[in-house]
Order: sequence, then structure tokens, then C-alpha cells
Amino acid sequence: MEVSRHWRLRQQRYSLVGEVCPHCQVKIFPPRDVCPDCGQEARTAYAFSGRGEVYSFTTVYTPPAGYEETAPYTVALVRLAEGPLVTAQLTDLGDQAVEIGMPVEMVTRRLRSDGERGMLVYGYKFRPLLAA
Amino acid sequence: MTANAPSDPDQAVVVAGVGMTPVGEHWDVSLRQLALRAIERAQQDAGGLQPQALYVGNMFAPALSSQTHLGALIADYIGQRGIEAASFEAAGASGGVAFRQGYLALLSGEVDCVLVVGVEKVTDRTGPLVDAAIAMSVDADFEAVQGLTPAAQAALLMRRYLLESGAPADALAPFPLQAHQHAVTNPYAIYRRAISWTDYRQAAPVSPPVGQLDAAPMADGAAALVLTRRALLPRIDARPPVAVTGSAVATAPVALHDQPDPLAMPAGSLSFQRALAQAGATPDDLDLFELHDLFSIQAALSLEAAGLSPRGQAWKLAGEGVFGREGRLPILTFGGSKARGDAGGATGAYQLVELTLQLQGRAGENQVPGARVGAAQCIGGAGATVATHVLSRMEA
Repeated sequence: MEVSRHWRLRQQRYSLVGEVCPHCQVKIFPPRDVCPDCGQEARTAYAFSGRGEVYSFTTVYTPPAGYEETAPYTVALVRLAEGPLVTAQLTDLGDQAVEIGMPVEMVTRRLRSDGERGMLVYGYKFRPLLAA
Repeated sequence: MTANAPSDPDQAVVVAGVGMTPVGEHWDVSLRQLALRAIERAQQDAGGLQPQALYVGNMFAPALSSQTHLGALIADYIGQRGIEAASFEAAGASGGVAFRQGYLALLSGEVDCVLVVGVEKVTDRTGPLVDAAIAMSVDADFEAVQGLTPAAQAALLMRRYLLESGAPADALAPFPLQAHQHAVTNPYAIYRRAISWTDYRQAAPVSPPVGQLDAAPMADGAAALVLTRRALLPRIDARPPVAVTGSAVATAPVALHDQPDPLAMPAGSLSFQRALAQAGATPDDLDLFELHDLFSIQAALSLEAAGLSPRGQAWKLAGEGVFGREGRLPILTFGGSKARGDAGGATGAYQLVELTLQLQGRAGENQVPGARVGAAQCIGGAGATVATHVLSRMEA
């Protein structure tokens, strides 16, 4: 069931909490404690806004075990407003066609399910940015 | 030449023998039996040299065969109880990484003869379980949890590539077309038939824009090589020795989203440049390049990362026939992963067997005339581990 594995990541899955490097100011997601740009320690928490745009996308028709329920689904690389890329499913698309550059925002949704007695894993997905 | 590479030709690390099984659905053969078949052929080809170490390249056995500990398992099964043995895993680069361990062991002087085998048993499971096993090579916490698969990862790259290079939707077709054309005459290939542009355009989507004819079939197979130093090579007919003149492994982030420039494949550039520098070779010296076309986009990115094509242009060069068997730099000469078939972590070993056959003039109808120097490169994940080797024909 890997309960602790998913619990450990709750700040990332539910709130997009990453890090900011105190030395070179680069924003980091997912958090990794060592800055990938300058190589120094980076443990300062930083909550991302959840806004971004689609960098690339595709549709998964043959899902791995645990994802059969929602297939076919759209998965994208989203360029967050603060800089990093993140891999995430797109949701709430309705009839809307996805395009590279499309503005999106983070929402919380069910990611996977492991059968009737298994765990439900929730986390971030992205939906088209709603007009203000 | 680096300080490590021996300047005395007698001390050069050479390929003494090669063997492989066809890539396919071997329902009647187990993991260990597949390994044995390839190893028996390689040992026979090497004139009976006795290995002191066995290095295995494999990625799927824990997930698909519920089996770890392949080094000891295979060493025992092939009748080599007692020798040193271990397995190396680096996703699709496992075979190349295992080969490099053999090369390093020989350079160290600790051993005189090494057996390297890449082996995969994929077909014992089917459906979502296989897809889940394949998806284990992406970042579990931040990619796989989103339902990302390697095919979807390739699709993210391909869509971005087509946009950035301004290429048409069928731009990458020359790679699978060429692979299938070359496999027609390869008795070890899973698909020995040519495909057409129409076939490519009409293929069912896997993860758009990746279609069925962009994605290599995953199947069972094993390929083995016996390595030794030149001075210990038994004299077998007039076959020219083939030396390992360059060997390099480089890494990059496993998750695509952690790569600053996802289309750049930096580990491809690094390992290619290091291996060529070691061999004292330039790209113009290469007579062929066995690259890893698990997806057709990987072929383009590999060529561009190596500097063998300007960025965003490899599809154009491929369309002009530059990489065909009669072109300036032949690739996928036995059909590559697309048509020979992709046996996961065994791919690097297949490529090195094929490259050896080319350099010794033993490639039959697939022969690149006069091939003297060639490179083989296998890729783990979306360019996270890339192993490149340069092999060169020596004077007999």
C-alpha cells in the first residue's frame, strides 16, 4: 500500500510546496535539498502559486496498473509561473482542445486507486485557467 | 587517448566472441535458458575461452520474473559455478553499462576474460502489469504517480520536437521505415518486413503523437559477448580482432521535468564525446552508429545530442537517406529496436554484437561495406543514463 511513501509527500501533492535556493534564488520543484543550479544546500520551503502553462502534452490509452479507471487521460509537462517544469495530468477539460502554451492552474484530484480495499492517492492535477 | 586506454595493442580489450537469440516471444524458454543460449553461442564463437567473471544487463527480472540475483543464477545455470558474477540495472542502458563493467575489469588487470550477457524475459506477463513494470524506469514519486509511461514521456518530447523544429507530423517516419527495411535480412529480428509511409501515417496512436510505428516492440531476448585482452585471443581463422577503443557512461535527471532542456539529451552528448575522445576519433571516422530507437524521437535526439546532426534537423537528414545502409552514416543496420525488437536491458548487448559482426565483415546481407570503426549507444529512460562504446577493427 505504500502509505508512508505517499503521506511523506503530502505537502507536495496537496500544496505544491517546493524550495527556493537561498544562494541563487532559483525555485525548485519537486524539492531536492541540493540546488540543481548552484549545487549548494537549498532547504527553504517555497509554496508555488499553482499557475503555469502547458509545455507539452499527450494522451495515455494503455495505462499501467492502478490507472485503468481514468484512461484515456491527458498528461502534460506544465511550465510553472515560477520556472520549474512539473509532470501532471490535465483535468476538467470538457470539450476543450489542449494546446502548447495554454494557461492552466493546479487543483487537487484523485490520482490512482488500488482496488476496493486499496488506498486512494490524491494529488495535484492542472485544469484550464478559469477566467477571473 | 586517455591515460587508461592501453597503448600496447596486445593489452587492448577485444571482443573474442558474440552470440544472440532472436528477439521475440519465446514462450517455451525461461530467463536463464535465454541467457544460456546466447552465452553458449558466444563461448563457441570465442574458441572456448574460460570466463572469470559474468556481468549481466537486465531491467525487468525483478518486476516480470519475480527474480533478482541474476549474476549467481546465470553463472550456476551455464556451468560456471564459482566465478564472480553480478547484474547491472540502468533501465534501457543496462546492457551497455554491464559491457562497460567488463571492459573496466579487464583494464584493471584483475581478470583475463569476462562474459557479458544482456537478457530479458518480458512475455511471461501481459497487459497493465507489463506497462507498470515498464513505467518503473520513470520517477515513481513525481512521474509514474501521475500515470506517466515511457511512451507518454516520448510523446511529450516528440510533440515539443515537432513544434520547435517546425517539422511535419510524419517527419520521424524515415527512422522506423529504415529500421524495418534493414530487418528484412536479419534472421534475429522480430519484424522482418518493410513498412510504407502510408503504414506510418495510418498507424494507431499509442500516446499521440507517438504512433504504433514510432514505438519499438518489447520482447524476449539475450545477447552475449566474450571479452579478453588481445594477447590472450585464440587465433580463429582470419577474423580481424575488434577492440573496445572508447567506453563512457553519463547520466542526467531521471524525470523529464527535472531536465533544464528536455530535447538536449545531455547524457547523450557527454557519453558520445567522451567515448570518441578516448578512441581518438572524430564523428567523420565512424562507419556506422548503432543507436537506440526505443521510440523514433529517441533516434533524432540521439543524433542531435551527438552532434551528428544540427538540432531540429535529424529528421530531414534521415529523409535524405544520410543514415541508410548506403548513406554517409548508417544507423540501425540490423533493424534497431523498432524492427529487430527491443529486449529492454539487453539492447546494449545486441547493439555491440551487431557492431562486432559489422566490423569483422560477418554481417551477411546487412553488411556495411568496409566498416572499420563504429559506435553503439543505448539509452535508459528519457536520456537519464546513456552508454556509448566505440569499437575498432584491428590488424589481424
